[in-house]
Amino acid sequence: MNYSMTEIWIVILALGAGTFVIRISFLGILGDRALPVWVLRHLRYTAVGILPAMVTPLVLWPQATGGQMEAGRIAAAMLALAIGLWSKSAIWAIVVGMATLWGLGWLLG
Amino acid sequence: MSPATPRSAFWRGFFAALPFTIVVGPFGMLFGVVGAEAGLDVAQIMGFTVLVIAGASQFTALQLMQDNAPTLIVIASALAINLRMAMYSASFAPHLGAAPLWQRALIAYMNVDQTYALAINDYEAAPKQSTAAKAAFFFGASTPIIPIWIGASALGIVLGEAIPPALALDFAVPITFIALIAPALRTLAHVAAALTSIVMAILLAFLPWNLWLLFAGLAAMMVGAEVERRMGARP
Repeated sequence: MNYSMTEIWIVILALGAGTFVIRISFLGILGDRALPVWVLRHLRYTAVGILPAMVTPLVLWPQATGGQMEAGRIAAAMLALAIGLWSKSAIWAIVVGMATLWGLGWLLG
Repeated sequence: MSPATPRSAFWRGFFAALPFTIVVGPFGMLFGVVGAEAGLDVAQIMGFTVLVIAGASQFTALQLMQDNAPTLIVIASALAINLRMAMYSASFAPHLGAAPLWQRALIAYMNVDQTYALAINDYEAAPKQSTAAKAAFFFGASTPIIPIWIGASALGIVLGEAIPPALALDFAVPITFIALIAPALRTLAHVAAALTSIVMAILLAFLPWNLWLLFAGLAAMMVGAEVERRMGARP
């Protein structure tokens, strides 16, 4: 890494300030102004629209394996999803997901 | 549901967030480990963790810095990853827009994927809560998650290479997101949006600068909204 102290801090401060501006954006400007129904209808699907897209590459081609598909990770993700859907409980999805990954990693060596 | 007081909403948020500390902890630790390995000093690692609080973008910045990318590219690429949070901000506006500005600023500062998803799930399930109760739920959910994120990074700096790679700490992230998504799949429209999101993430994977994420998200939101419209009134 070839950066001066100043450059590193510029990255940190710019990233911090920029991220805050992104986060406050609509919440700060819109306030409690009423939004059109069609906009609200779209916004209801923000979380379920973004999070699965973030999960997909992390499960299918993880950086930790150099982008190779790995049975343990895919199985762990599927099981976590199944348990999460069935139990509606985050904790069981997390516990089962990580236990599957570690268990299979240990079994497959 | 009986009208929630801000106090009860705070604790509901707090307990809903507790399970996520199991995974936020390892992810935070991982940043401390990787940051120290990359040669950042303690103040710089903690600067990232406290001022940015956005794991995915922090890891991206670190990786680009290890490749010695120009400063501007590092900043722009990491910020592009956080653009999704503008959508989070917009979807919070109908629920929290009436809160005092200082509260909205504090909420914005702590609006990470986990606190956002927990809160929006709660607001969707009980939309009639007062603004004060909704804000209290968010603060309750942030109370365990944000300090653990920060503390775990510090711990990661100290422990460093003592953490065996077989623990696959990186996988804590997708598992958390799956745990956040599963309870949110309440209606056909939510399921359709989630499936669209996955398919588009695969189809658009070739796009640079994380643009695939924004386009996949927008497409999924359009599909969700359209399914809801065709199914008639909101269930």
